[in-house]
Amino acid sequence: MHGYANPARFVRIARPATAWLLGVGALLALAGSLAGLFVTPPDYLQGETVRILYIHVPAAWLGMAGWAAIAAAAISQLVWRHPLAAIAGRALAPVGATFAALCLATGSIWGRPTWGTWWEWDGRLTSMLILLFLYLGYIALASAERERGGEGRMAALFGLVGAVNLPIIHYSVLWWRTLHQGQSISLSGGSSIAPELLWPLPLTMIGFSALFAAATLMRMRGELARLKVEARLRRSAQS
Amino acid sequence: MNSWSFVFAAYAVTAIATIGLLGWAWVSMRRAEHAAKAAEHQR
Repeated sequence: MHGYANPARFVRIARPATAWLLGVGALLALAGSLAGLFVTPPDYLQGETVRILYIHVPAAWLGMAGWAAIAAAAISQLVWRHPLAAIAGRALAPVGATFAALCLATGSIWGRPTWGTWWEWDGRLTSMLILLFLYLGYIALASAERERGGEGRMAALFGLVGAVNLPIIHYSVLWWRTLHQGQSISLSGGSSIAPELLWPLPLTMIGFSALFAAATLMRMRGELARLKVEARLRRSAQS
Repeated sequence: MNSWSFVFAAYAVTAIATIGLLGWAWVSMRRAEHAAKAAEHQR
Protein backbone atom coordinates (compact mmCIF):
# COMPACT_ATOMS: atom_id res chain seq x y z
CA MET A 1 0.00 0.00 0.00
CA HIS A 2 2.83 2.40 0.80
CA GLY A 3 4.00 1.96 -2.78
CA TYR A 4 1.16 4.32 -3.73
CA ALA A 5 1.95 6.79 -0.93
CA ASN A 6 3.96 8.97 -3.28
CA PRO A 7 1.45 11.61 -4.48
CA ALA A 8 3.12 11.95 -7.91
CA ARG A 9 2.89 8.18 -8.46
CA PHE A 10 -0.71 8.16 -7.24
CA VAL A 11 -1.69 10.97 -9.66
CA ARG A 12 0.06 9.16 -12.54
CA ILE A 13 -2.20 6.15 -11.92
CA ALA A 14 -5.32 8.14 -10.95
CA ARG A 15 -5.34 10.28 -14.13
CA PRO A 16 -6.10 7.48 -16.65
CA ALA A 17 -8.14 5.58 -14.04
CA THR A 18 -10.47 8.59 -13.63
CA ALA A 19 -11.17 8.76 -17.36
CA TRP A 20 -11.78 5.00 -17.61
CA LEU A 21 -14.05 4.92 -14.57
CA LEU A 22 -16.03 7.91 -15.85
CA GLY A 23 -16.49 6.35 -19.31
CA VAL A 24 -17.33 2.81 -18.18
CA GLY A 25 -19.44 4.05 -15.26
CA ALA A 26 -21.53 6.43 -17.39
CA LEU A 27 -22.08 3.74 -20.03
CA LEU A 28 -23.15 1.01 -17.58
CA ALA A 29 -25.26 3.30 -15.37
CA LEU A 30 -27.06 4.68 -18.43
CA ALA A 31 -27.60 1.23 -20.00
CA GLY A 32 -28.87 -0.25 -16.72
CA SER A 33 -31.16 2.74 -16.05
CA LEU A 34 -32.66 2.69 -19.57
CA ALA A 35 -33.16 -1.09 -19.39
CA GLY A 36 -34.76 -0.71 -15.95
CA LEU A 37 -37.03 2.07 -17.22
CA PHE A 38 -38.14 0.70 -20.59
CA VAL A 39 -37.13 -2.95 -21.10
CA THR A 40 -37.98 -4.94 -17.94
CA PRO A 41 -41.61 -5.86 -17.27
CA PRO A 42 -43.58 -4.31 -14.37
CA ASP A 43 -43.70 -6.29 -11.12
CA TYR A 44 -46.92 -8.26 -10.48
CA LEU A 45 -47.35 -6.58 -7.07
CA GLN A 46 -45.54 -3.21 -7.20
CA GLY A 47 -46.31 -2.43 -10.84
CA GLU A 48 -44.11 0.23 -12.49
CA THR A 49 -42.64 1.57 -9.22
CA VAL A 50 -40.35 -1.49 -9.03
CA ARG A 51 -38.18 0.36 -11.60
CA ILE A 52 -36.96 2.66 -8.80
CA LEU A 53 -35.09 -0.41 -7.44
CA TYR A 54 -32.42 -0.07 -10.16
CA ILE A 55 -31.24 3.26 -8.73
CA HIS A 56 -32.24 2.87 -5.08
CA VAL A 57 -30.23 -0.33 -4.44
CA PRO A 58 -26.91 1.04 -5.88
CA ALA A 59 -27.43 4.28 -3.89
CA ALA A 60 -27.95 2.29 -0.66
CA TRP A 61 -24.92 0.06 -1.36
CA LEU A 62 -22.68 3.05 -2.17
CA GLY A 63 -23.89 5.06 0.84
CA MET A 64 -22.77 2.17 3.07
CA ALA A 65 -19.65 1.25 1.06
CA GLY A 66 -18.52 4.90 1.25
CA TRP A 67 -18.49 4.77 5.05
CA ALA A 68 -16.78 1.36 5.05
CA ALA A 69 -14.06 2.91 2.85
CA ILE A 70 -13.78 5.88 5.28
CA ALA A 71 -13.30 3.39 8.16
CA ALA A 72 -10.64 1.49 6.15
CA ALA A 73 -8.85 4.80 5.39
CA ALA A 74 -9.06 5.69 9.10
CA ILE A 75 -7.37 2.40 10.10
CA SER A 76 -4.72 2.98 7.44
CA GLN A 77 -4.14 6.52 8.77
CA LEU A 78 -4.09 5.65 12.48
CA VAL A 79 -2.15 2.36 12.30
CA TRP A 80 0.16 2.70 9.28
CA ARG A 81 0.14 6.53 8.96
CA HIS A 82 -0.48 6.21 5.23
CA PRO A 83 -0.03 9.77 3.87
CA LEU A 84 -2.96 9.53 1.44
CA ALA A 85 -5.43 8.04 3.93
CA ALA A 86 -6.69 11.34 5.40
CA ILE A 87 -7.03 12.76 1.88
CA ALA A 88 -9.00 9.67 0.83
CA GLY A 89 -11.31 10.01 3.86
CA ARG A 90 -12.01 13.69 3.11
CA ALA A 91 -12.58 12.87 -0.58
CA LEU A 92 -14.94 9.98 0.16
CA ALA A 93 -17.25 11.79 2.59
CA PRO A 94 -19.22 14.12 0.25
CA VAL A 95 -19.48 11.38 -2.39
CA GLY A 96 -20.83 8.87 0.15
CA ALA A 97 -23.14 11.52 1.62
CA THR A 98 -24.61 12.20 -1.84
CA PHE A 99 -25.43 8.51 -2.36
CA ALA A 100 -26.83 8.12 1.18
CA ALA A 101 -29.09 11.14 0.49
CA LEU A 102 -30.07 9.63 -2.88
CA CYS A 103 -30.93 6.35 -1.17
CA LEU A 104 -33.25 8.19 1.24
CA ALA A 105 -34.79 10.35 -1.52
CA THR A 106 -35.44 7.50 -3.98
CA GLY A 107 -36.68 5.25 -1.14
CA SER A 108 -39.09 7.97 -0.06
CA ILE A 109 -40.36 8.45 -3.64
CA TRP A 110 -40.83 4.65 -3.90
CA GLY A 111 -42.52 4.49 -0.47
CA ARG A 112 -45.30 6.98 -1.27
CA PRO A 113 -47.12 4.88 -3.92
CA THR A 114 -46.08 1.50 -2.40
CA TRP A 115 -46.49 2.01 1.35
CA GLY A 116 -48.73 5.08 1.20
CA THR A 117 -46.23 7.23 3.11
CA TRP A 118 -43.13 9.32 2.30
CA TRP A 119 -41.45 8.47 5.58
CA GLU A 120 -41.74 6.06 8.50
CA TRP A 121 -39.48 5.81 11.58
CA ASP A 122 -38.63 2.24 10.58
CA GLY A 123 -35.31 0.62 11.63
CA ARG A 124 -33.76 0.61 8.13
CA LEU A 125 -34.89 4.15 7.23
CA THR A 126 -33.83 5.64 10.56
CA SER A 127 -30.38 3.97 10.57
CA MET A 128 -29.82 5.18 6.99
CA LEU A 129 -30.79 8.73 8.04
CA ILE A 130 -28.27 8.44 10.91
CA LEU A 131 -25.63 7.45 8.33
CA LEU A 132 -26.35 10.66 6.38
CA PHE A 133 -25.97 12.71 9.60
CA LEU A 134 -22.70 10.87 10.35
CA TYR A 135 -21.42 11.87 6.91
CA LEU A 136 -22.34 15.52 7.55
CA GLY A 137 -20.60 15.39 10.95
CA TYR A 138 -17.50 13.81 9.40
CA ILE A 139 -17.37 16.50 6.66
CA ALA A 140 -17.63 19.29 9.26
CA LEU A 141 -15.02 17.71 11.57
CA ALA A 142 -12.53 16.90 8.79
CA SER A 143 -12.85 20.44 7.32
CA ALA A 144 -12.35 22.03 10.74
CA GLU A 145 -9.26 19.90 11.37
CA ARG A 146 -7.85 20.72 7.94
CA GLU A 147 -8.40 24.46 8.51
CA ARG A 148 -6.42 24.23 11.75
CA GLY A 149 -3.63 22.33 10.00
CA GLY A 150 -4.28 19.11 11.92
CA GLU A 151 -3.59 15.59 10.64
CA GLY A 152 -7.25 14.61 10.75
CA ARG A 153 -6.97 12.10 13.60
CA MET A 154 -10.25 13.15 15.22
CA ALA A 155 -12.05 12.68 11.91
CA ALA A 156 -10.38 9.27 11.52
CA LEU A 157 -11.57 8.21 14.99
CA PHE A 158 -15.05 9.51 14.15
CA GLY A 159 -14.95 7.45 10.94
CA LEU A 160 -14.05 4.30 12.89
CA VAL A 161 -16.70 4.80 15.58
CA GLY A 162 -19.34 5.62 12.96
CA ALA A 163 -18.74 2.25 11.29
CA VAL A 164 -20.75 0.71 14.16
CA ASN A 165 -23.83 1.94 12.27
CA LEU A 166 -23.09 -0.25 9.21
CA PRO A 167 -24.08 -3.64 10.72
CA ILE A 168 -27.06 -1.90 12.34
CA ILE A 169 -28.25 -0.78 8.87
CA HIS A 170 -27.60 -4.23 7.39
CA TYR A 171 -29.37 -6.24 10.10
CA SER A 172 -32.10 -3.65 10.86
CA VAL A 173 -34.60 -5.51 8.64
CA LEU A 174 -34.05 -8.68 10.71
CA TRP A 175 -33.90 -7.05 14.17
CA TRP A 176 -36.91 -4.74 13.74
CA ARG A 177 -39.46 -6.29 11.41
CA THR A 178 -41.38 -3.09 10.67
CA LEU A 179 -42.09 -1.57 7.25
CA HIS A 180 -38.95 -2.08 5.12
CA GLN A 181 -38.90 -5.49 3.41
CA GLY A 182 -36.21 -8.05 4.21
CA GLN A 183 -33.10 -8.74 2.18
CA SER A 184 -33.90 -9.68 -1.46
CA ILE A 185 -30.33 -10.22 -2.71
CA SER A 186 -27.38 -11.70 -0.79
CA LEU A 187 -23.67 -11.45 -1.50
CA SER A 188 -23.51 -15.27 -1.69
CA GLY A 189 -25.53 -15.03 -4.93
CA GLY A 190 -29.04 -15.87 -3.78
CA SER A 191 -31.92 -13.67 -4.91
CA SER A 192 -35.70 -13.69 -4.43
CA ILE A 193 -36.15 -11.32 -7.41
CA ALA A 194 -37.28 -12.83 -10.74
CA PRO A 195 -34.37 -13.02 -13.28
CA GLU A 196 -36.29 -10.98 -15.91
CA LEU A 197 -36.48 -8.12 -13.39
CA LEU A 198 -33.01 -8.59 -11.89
CA TRP A 199 -30.62 -8.41 -14.87
CA PRO A 200 -30.26 -4.56 -15.20
CA LEU A 201 -29.37 -4.28 -11.50
CA PRO A 202 -25.72 -5.50 -11.85
CA LEU A 203 -25.29 -2.90 -14.63
CA THR A 204 -26.40 0.02 -12.43
CA MET A 205 -24.54 -1.42 -9.41
CA ILE A 206 -21.21 -1.57 -11.31
CA GLY A 207 -21.91 1.65 -13.25
CA PHE A 208 -22.70 3.82 -10.21
CA SER A 209 -19.82 2.21 -8.28
CA ALA A 210 -17.43 3.25 -11.07
CA LEU A 211 -18.85 6.81 -11.01
CA PHE A 212 -18.44 6.85 -7.21
CA ALA A 213 -14.79 5.82 -7.61
CA ALA A 214 -14.25 8.44 -10.35
CA ALA A 215 -15.71 11.23 -8.17
CA THR A 216 -13.51 10.12 -5.25
CA LEU A 217 -10.36 10.07 -7.41
CA MET A 218 -11.15 13.55 -8.78
CA ARG A 219 -11.64 14.88 -5.24
CA MET A 220 -8.34 13.29 -4.15
CA ARG A 221 -6.48 14.76 -7.13
CA GLY A 222 -7.95 18.21 -6.37
CA GLU A 223 -6.97 17.96 -2.72
CA LEU A 224 -3.40 16.88 -3.60
CA ALA A 225 -3.07 19.84 -5.98
CA ARG A 226 -4.35 22.24 -3.28
CA LEU A 227 -1.86 20.82 -0.75
CA LYS A 228 0.93 21.31 -3.29
CA VAL A 229 0.01 25.01 -3.71
CA GLU A 230 -0.21 25.50 0.07
CA ALA A 231 3.20 23.87 0.61
CA ARG A 232 4.74 26.11 -2.06
CA LEU A 233 3.18 29.23 -0.50
CA ARG A 234 4.53 28.22 2.92
CA ARG A 235 8.01 27.68 1.52
CA SER A 236 8.02 31.02 -0.30
CA ALA A 237 6.78 32.80 2.86
CA GLN A 238 9.64 31.28 4.89
CA SER A 239 12.38 32.18 2.42
CA MET B 1 -50.75 10.48 -9.25
CA ASN B 2 -49.64 8.02 -11.96
CA SER B 3 -46.95 5.58 -10.76
CA TRP B 4 -44.75 6.61 -13.72
CA SER B 5 -44.53 10.13 -12.20
CA PHE B 6 -42.85 8.65 -9.13
CA VAL B 7 -40.51 6.55 -11.29
CA PHE B 8 -39.44 9.54 -13.42
CA ALA B 9 -39.07 11.74 -10.31
CA ALA B 10 -36.71 9.18 -8.72
CA TYR B 11 -34.61 8.90 -11.90
CA ALA B 12 -34.52 12.70 -12.33
CA VAL B 13 -33.31 13.22 -8.74
CA THR B 14 -30.61 10.57 -9.25
CA ALA B 15 -29.47 12.02 -12.60
CA ILE B 16 -29.28 15.58 -11.23
CA ALA B 17 -27.41 14.53 -8.06
CA THR B 18 -24.94 12.26 -9.90
CA ILE B 19 -24.19 14.76 -12.70
CA GLY B 20 -23.95 17.57 -10.12
CA LEU B 21 -21.52 15.56 -7.96
CA LEU B 22 -19.30 14.58 -10.90
CA GLY B 23 -19.39 18.14 -12.33
CA TRP B 24 -18.47 19.69 -8.97
CA ALA B 25 -15.63 17.17 -8.43
CA TRP B 26 -14.35 17.76 -11.99
CA VAL B 27 -14.44 21.59 -11.80
CA SER B 28 -12.80 21.77 -8.37
CA MET B 29 -10.10 19.28 -9.47
CA ARG B 30 -9.34 21.20 -12.69
CA ARG B 31 -9.18 24.51 -10.78
CA ALA B 32 -6.81 23.08 -8.16
CA GLU B 33 -4.59 21.43 -10.79
CA HIS B 34 -4.42 24.68 -12.81
CA ALA B 35 -3.48 26.61 -9.65
CA ALA B 36 -0.78 24.03 -8.85
CA LYS B 37 0.61 24.26 -12.38
CA ALA B 38 0.59 28.08 -12.25
CA ALA B 39 2.39 28.03 -8.88
CA GLU B 40 5.00 25.68 -10.36
CA HIS B 41 5.66 28.03 -13.28
CA GLN B 42 6.05 31.03 -10.94
CA ARG B 43 9.06 29.39 -9.29
